[in-house]
Amino acid sequence: MFERIREIIADQTGKDADEITMETNVKTDLEADSLDLFQIINDIEDEFDVKIENVEGIETVGDVVKLVESSKE
Amino acid sequence: MYYSKITATGACVPDMIVTNDDLAKIVDTNDEWISSRSGIKRRHFSKGENTSDIAAGVAKELIKKASVDPLDIDLIIVASVSADYTTPSTACLVQGIIGAQNAVAFDIGAACSGFIFGLSIADKYIKSGIYKNAIVIGAEVLSKYLDFEDRGTCVLFGDGAAGVFVERTEERIGLLAEEMGSDGAKGMALTAGHSPAGNAFNDTSRQAKREIYMDGRAIFDFATRTVPKSVKRLMEKAEVTADDLDFVLPHQANSRIVEIISRKLKIPMDKFYMNMDKYGNTSSASIPIALNEMVEKGIIKVGSVGVLTGFGAGLTWGSMLIKF
Repeated sequence: MFERIREIIADQTGKDADEITMETNVKTDLEADSLDLFQIINDIEDEFDVKIENVEGIETVGDVVKLVESSKE
Repeated sequence: MYYSKITATGACVPDMIVTNDDLAKIVDTNDEWISSRSGIKRRHFSKGENTSDIAAGVAKELIKKASVDPLDIDLIIVASVSADYTTPSTACLVQGIIGAQNAVAFDIGAACSGFIFGLSIADKYIKSGIYKNAIVIGAEVLSKYLDFEDRGTCVLFGDGAAGVFVERTEERIGLLAEEMGSDGAKGMALTAGHSPAGNAFNDTSRQAKREIYMDGRAIFDFATRTVPKSVKRLMEKAEVTADDLDFVLPHQANSRIVEIISRKLKIPMDKFYMNMDKYGNTSSASIPIALNEMVEKGIIKVGSVGVLTGFGAGLTWGSMLIKF
């Protein structure tokens, strides 16, 4: 799952997927603003067929992965 | 069979221009933050002109450009969410100002889709043979609904009005196809002008939420998912492809949203017209303001074919295929 999420994030932010880890900070490392994050979450929702309600408090790529995992349960 | 041909476009915006830097003086924001997230650099704000004043300004311009006698105008529709009064309607105020005594005048409320919905209604009256012409205006003074302590919303909106004069023709031109929809279940994602039911016999202490409230993610989600689907359905219905379109004119809410719509539709950005940098989001007025600008710049010429697509509070959306 991380691999696919990483690709989606790389695609939206224009960064190199290899440089994205679970610890990568969405705002400071990827320079993603709220609209980038909204689009990343939408693409993830479509990819994994989940509904992610609360995006407040997302800081790292790891937070995104955890949100997707909890949404799948 | 009758069609509704757009024979004139017009716009009227308040003179006062407020830049992002001007806003940064009264609210914690800056030009880079606003323009990178929305594409907006400045907007017009009322200096006292109300919605009916600028709507009447548009009507006068349409009368002049279409060389029509006000007494010959059949129908006046104003789309607005920021009317001067609950009653009389803005359309009736406009009717009074321009002296169109023989017209039927009423307002409609469909927020940022309002101009599209209004044009659709006018088209049905014309298609049915009931009326031979109509003025359709989108007019907003949204600044009176802005919370200047909410930096997430007060920077996004602006004031302005614009519209079109449509006339009956037997030529296959004007409004050729449409696709509209609403999703009231998500209505609370974008609200303004809340008016609680207080009176002398019940608790009147409940606070009205008058200012614009927006759930940014919900609206982003709606706009980037629903609008591409609406335009796609319209194009299928009308049997046109991206190559057949000279332009796509979306509601001017946010340039980033427009870029996503372009990507999802696989229609290149150079076909999308944007002017939110100068006006911000003027709700029902945004599409006609841009339409008028495109006509004035010669981007839209006789024979041009394009899509208008509005989306906004309600939630509502509407897309139209038009030929000039």
